[in-house]
Amino acid sequence: MRLRCAEELLFRALMVLSTIAVLSGLLLIIAVITVKGAGALSLDMITRLPTGGYYLGKEGGLLNAIVGSLLLGLGATACAALLAIPVALYLQHDYAGRRRWANLVRMSLDLLWGIPSIVYGAFGFTIMLYLGLRASLLGGIIALTLVELPIMARAMEEVLRMVSVELREASYSVGATRWETMRAVVVRQALPGLLTAILLAFGRGIGDAASVLFTAGYTDHLPRSLLDPVASLPLAVFFQLGTPFPEVQQRAYAAAFLLLALVLLVSVCSRLLTRRLSRHAVK
Amino acid sequence: MSHIVVEGLSVRYNGQPALDNVSLEIPDRQITAVIGPSGCGKTTFLRCLNRLIDTMDQVRVSGRVLIDGADIFAPRANVISLRRKMGLLSQKPQVLPMSIYDNVAYGPRLHGVRRRRDLDGIVQRCLKMSSLWEEVHHRLRAPATGLSVGQQQRLCLARGLAVEPEALLCDEPTASLDPLSAQSVERLFVELKSRYTIVLVTHILRQAKRLADYVVFLYMGELVEHGPAERVFNNPRDERTRKYLEGVIS
Ligand SMILES: Nc1ncnc2c1ncn2[C@@H]1O[C@H](COP(=O)(O)OP(=O)(O)OP(=O)(O)O)[C@@H](O)[C@H]1O
Ligand SMILES: [Mg+2]
Repeated sequence: MRLRCAEELLFRALMVLSTIAVLSGLLLIIAVITVKGAGALSLDMITRLPTGGYYLGKEGGLLNAIVGSLLLGLGATACAALLAIPVALYLQHDYAGRRRWANLVRMSLDLLWGIPSIVYGAFGFTIMLYLGLRASLLGGIIALTLVELPIMARAMEEVLRMVSVELREASYSVGATRWETMRAVVVRQALPGLLTAILLAFGRGIGDAASVLFTAGYTDHLPRSLLDPVASLPLAVFFQLGTPFPEVQQRAYAAAFLLLALVLLVSVCSRLLTRRLSRHAVK
Repeated sequence: MSHIVVEGLSVRYNGQPALDNVSLEIPDRQITAVIGPSGCGKTTFLRCLNRLIDTMDQVRVSGRVLIDGADIFAPRANVISLRRKMGLLSQKPQVLPMSIYDNVAYGPRLHGVRRRRDLDGIVQRCLKMSSLWEEVHHRLRAPATGLSVGQQQRLCLARGLAVEPEALLCDEPTASLDPLSAQSVERLFVELKSRYTIVLVTHILRQAKRLADYVVFLYMGELVEHGPAERVFNNPRDERTRKYLEGVIS
């Protein structure tokens, strides 16, 4: 009995310690970014484009990267969602989920998830060369869509699968088709989870530097069409950290802080949205 | 001819027989109780009647189920209109993730009722039939999940009634309800049987005795005995039925 109590205590201590480690890691990252970047944070930074000597420490801002990241992130997330939702629905037991090749699809998604994003960037770049496209917003969105798709599809599939068979049967039993059941019952019930999946993918996408390096390029201007190159925050961090000037490096941390704030903002907004939307969900 | 006729129905899960060559006619506009010990195939039998069995893994169904003379397992049979004809009430109430109103209007909307006034009428009529109207008419727009379990089960009944079924298939519909709610559901069945054929799976013998007009006794996938309730309860012909009724096997 003493042994069992000791065991209980030991493992609970382990759990608490691990949780604390994770939390303090997060806090530490935020603290470092804030402390190091705070000096460079200013209104200019989020409202102005970089001027000629910005990367040497002169004045200007990172509006180009902020807008660019938002366009890339939102665009890719929208494209990925358009593909991931049908895939996730198709992988449900009501459709192909039971067949052997559904497992093949799941496995390929898991594999795609593991591919480093620089490879997606290189892949996208090859395709763009083949099509005669330059580095552009469109190219960046395509590469990021590839990065986000496996995460989103897999997360969505898991979330949809949580909707109970009995609930689906309740819909079938009044004469609903599979699609009607999916649309009106399964998706509706899984909505909070689906939004979380989208958010997860958005967070991954907007923070990714490697895949947009070749495909979206970098520029000091705002894009005027899908075919213009576009800047992004992760690359702004990357380029500025690589300079020898301390003030510019400080701006890199400020850019990282902005990225973090952006993800947080989107996250909070969609949580609020979910709460409204899931008013009817069956617990 | 009665409208549900089962001929040589067998079901296997993964090769394991769950129903073996069941043949019977289910009388119209009466309550037919399907009884038998746990695992004897009651749920399986019920799920054949609206072909929900199709949605399960690794099942083989053979034999025929004729509804209004047409085999529901025929390749050309229309599952949608079949399920519409055969309402389902499950053991645990399954309300849809929407408002009370939308739960009842769900079926009619799918089947093409669009006009607001028509829907309002259907919702009111069905909620009244399942004696829920008085309790919920002032909060039709509230989430259905806010209802008590007993109310939820009556809402599920209303949802089933809203598509104008011909039969109601009920799988232990009172199993998760408190005694009072169970009583009110039972009372509803008695009211509804003048208009619907009711197939009631139950493992509560007393419930079967209270409600049934006709009794079907299954034992290990085999149809052991079926007949008018009076006769089966007072005068079982088969030894196994007698033992089950006496509570020797359960
Ligand atoms: N999905 C399934 N896969 C494999 N075997 C199953 C499945 N569902 C039911 N069975 C088996 O089929 C037999 C009949 O099951 P069924 O659910 O019809 O019994 P039941 O009479 O409804 O039992 P209970 O009173 O416990 O609900 C049982 O032996 C059961 O183990
Ligand atoms: Mg059962």
